[in-house]
Amino acid sequence: MPFPFSTIDEGVQQIRSGATTCRATVEQSIETINAGDGLIHAFISVDAGRAIERAAELDALSQAEKARMPLLGMPVAVKDNICTRGQRTTCASKMLEHFVPPYDATVVESLHNAGAVIVGKTNMDEFAMGSSNETSYFGGTRNPRDVTRTPGGSSGGSAAAVAAGFVAAALGSDTGGSIRQPCGHCGVVGLTPTYGMVSRYGLVAFASSLDQIGPIVSNVRDAGRMLSVISGADARDATCAGKPFTATDDIYKNDIAGLRIGLPREYFGGGLSDEVRRPIEKLTERLRDRGAVLLEVSLPTLRYAIAAYYIMCTAEASSNLARYDGVRYGFRSPQRSLPELYRETRRQGFGAEVKRRIMLGTYVLSHGYYDAYYLKAAKVRTLIRNDFNDAFGSCDLIMSPVAPTCAFKIGEKSDDPLQMYLTDIYTVSASLAGIPGLSVPCGAAGVLPVGVQFMAPQWREDVLLKAGYAVECLGGG
Amino acid sequence: MDFETVIGLEIHAQLLTETKLFCGCRSRFGDPANTNGCPVCLGLPGALPVLNRRAVAMAIRMGCAIGCTVAGRSLFARKNYFYPDLPKGYQISQYDAPLCGKGELPIVVDNTVKTVGVTGIHLEEDAGKLIHDRAPESLFDVNRCGTPLIEIVSEPDLRSPAEAYAFLIGIKAILEYIEICDCIMEEGSLRCDANISLRSRGEKKLGAKTEIKNMNSFRGVEKALEYEARRQEEVLRNGGKIHQETFLWDRSANRSIPMRSKEDAHDYRYFPEPDLPPLTVNPEEVAALRKTLPELPAQRRQRFIEQMGLQENAAEVLTSSRKLADFFEATLATYHDARQVANWIVVDILRIINDLKITIDQLEITPGHLGALLKLIDNGTISARSARKIVDLMQERDQDPETIIKAEKMQQVSDSGALENIVQSVLAKNPVEVERFKAGDGKLISFFVGQAMKATMGSGNPKEINALLSKMLR
Repeated sequence: MPFPFSTIDEGVQQIRSGATTCRATVEQSIETINAGDGLIHAFISVDAGRAIERAAELDALSQAEKARMPLLGMPVAVKDNICTRGQRTTCASKMLEHFVPPYDATVVESLHNAGAVIVGKTNMDEFAMGSSNETSYFGGTRNPRDVTRTPGGSSGGSAAAVAAGFVAAALGSDTGGSIRQPCGHCGVVGLTPTYGMVSRYGLVAFASSLDQIGPIVSNVRDAGRMLSVISGADARDATCAGKPFTATDDIYKNDIAGLRIGLPREYFGGGLSDEVRRPIEKLTERLRDRGAVLLEVSLPTLRYAIAAYYIMCTAEASSNLARYDGVRYGFRSPQRSLPELYRETRRQGFGAEVKRRIMLGTYVLSHGYYDAYYLKAAKVRTLIRNDFNDAFGSCDLIMSPVAPTCAFKIGEKSDDPLQMYLTDIYTVSASLAGIPGLSVPCGAAGVLPVGVQFMAPQWREDVLLKAGYAVECLGGG
Repeated sequence: MDFETVIGLEIHAQLLTETKLFCGCRSRFGDPANTNGCPVCLGLPGALPVLNRRAVAMAIRMGCAIGCTVAGRSLFARKNYFYPDLPKGYQISQYDAPLCGKGELPIVVDNTVKTVGVTGIHLEEDAGKLIHDRAPESLFDVNRCGTPLIEIVSEPDLRSPAEAYAFLIGIKAILEYIEICDCIMEEGSLRCDANISLRSRGEKKLGAKTEIKNMNSFRGVEKALEYEARRQEEVLRNGGKIHQETFLWDRSANRSIPMRSKEDAHDYRYFPEPDLPPLTVNPEEVAALRKTLPELPAQRRQRFIEQMGLQENAAEVLTSSRKLADFFEATLATYHDARQVANWIVVDILRIINDLKITIDQLEITPGHLGALLKLIDNGTISARSARKIVDLMQERDQDPETIIKAEKMQQVSDSGALENIVQSVLAKNPVEVERFKAGDGKLISFFVGQAMKATMGSGNPKEINALLSKMLR
């Protein structure tokens, strides 16, 4: 971290005390980006002028106003599928290359009100469809830990921006692992909140019943602070539950004595690489030493999770992406007839992976196939939810790897969509169940970070953070 | 072979909410194009729908009015199709779990009451409007995007175009009574699609059906169905088969034009709308809304017949529109004879409304003025005949009857002296007829009356004239 602070709390205190200013902090962020992002390509757009102007405005506020801002002067990055008023929001797609939203997402308003300064919009897989950032229309992102590898995805730009020390925090979005997996690969902390904890208003929809915005940060405390800023009621999102998160000191006591941690046996079977298995097994020992109770649980529906997930998410995507038709905004291929306008706009405006998913989703919703695919997947989803409920009967949270391997090489899986889909195997279940998941670094294989995932019952982000904080205190691997 | 016609209707009614179904934009017909739009109804990336509970309340009231069950839990669904007037590429509607379930509506055709089943009522959003007057370009108006509609679906219980018309008029009357739709088909605030099939009488199975759309008047629905029934019968009589097809009704040519066949039918790929949680309605809410229902057309018709002594036909016509029935009752507050008032409204007021192609709201004649006019007939100031002219002038000039009578000098001539002179001159001008009358042709009396009325330009009191004639011809 190039910043002279190790947590957001510390950074905000330094600004409030006058040791530094919002402007100096933001300028430092921008200098780091200018120096490093040519190689990493974590950002699709950076608006330095606007960010510095905003920082100066914050510096001019009264002490009382500053005291009310939990993210005062913090440079943050926002994934480019979250709408920012007057600032390009592309979803890493040619379709929205020049799209400038006339409104802010609710989370962006929350960041503003908390005193955060948005320095730029981060790179991602096109429309959040991918696990490596390689489907971005603007070119992929490199993993700051090893620039020959992908950062994971789809929030790869946000994870890389935090890992590279470009920003103090970032927002990502998670549909089936898109926050947790890149955080695991980049060695940073990512939290996917309970579905409905954070407003989705202004998040460009990929799969509405799964999408959730969450923080990507360098430490567990910052995850809690970010979550308390972006969570809560929003009258503009009917699926937002209106349950704000409040971090309590109890979470950061590093006391996990008696905490019951379930290890689902299905998550440690074949397909899990040794490079990931070893640090996680070592972690279980160390957590047991700290007084946690580790027990084996079973989540037998794991084997259906990938199939159910890719049916649900492609079905919803095929409908959510129908609005990109060249009629009102976004890319338009000039054509004489309406059918040609639709066909050519979508043929040229979308990349291969997006088109693949639209085709799949259209197919599974088609007359005669709906029952066999969509409806079946919806039933599997209920079974998965029941599985978790059963498991949480005997444990407080569940621990698993984030992904089967460490960050993979750029180009390694990009020609094999099925291999790519399988990298989501450990993360999609929590998404389907709508429960929160936290990805925390827990070791490394050489330079490559390994992440551990914790999953908790709905609205129990406090338990997740408590466990995550304990892992962090163990000092990695 | 004798055929039976089977018809089912789908009626779309635009709800009179202040704002749209899923956003805060104003929902109003006739505002300047593209003045009521926002990220939600424009389908911008990231915008989300939030349900307008007032629209839900209106739909529930309609459900209560026609005896529907109201679901405690219903679902929204996405109906997916591409069209430039549909910004999101899907319409938010309800599909297999609608807000209201089975209900029924009694209709009266040929003085017989028949109960027609209603399959259900669901809520959905309207699409925008395309304007094609600048070919080859088309313009898009977002104002209508997302305005709330209810779709009322009938069972295939209707057996003739006349029954379909009666059902449609019956639904319209209720929508107006409970004040949730202004029911102007010409403006599209009420729309009707029809499914029609024929089968040989006695057959239980339904025949292949066709659908007709775009009928933008109440009578148009009846006409289109008559046309389609005839067409199908002709095909069947010639040994042909009916193909599942959708037609557009061409009002100016009075015929239907094929729009698409079954092969081109859309696959709407319905699935549950993930942006909206299930819609829950508790029984207390339904009970409270049920209490807000006014007297409905059928009850009012009964009251008009039983308590006011109106004939069934008059009661039916008057109660078919809440405003007409209100006009009737308001007039009755100023004038005592219900049958007289009913007669004047059914004959003359409706004639004016139809001739001028206006709505009852645009009527200049007030109930008070109509009552005053009827009193002026009763006290002999004017004849019923001149009253007909006066009522037209009341509409034309927006004046009360006394002012018009004065200005037009239409006061009935009851003064015997003046009438005597007129009658005398009539007799003098027609000596041949006088002779025939005296020879026993008694029918000629009406000829003389007519001549005398003509001479008074309609303002003579026929009773007085009659009396004078009998005296002078004796």
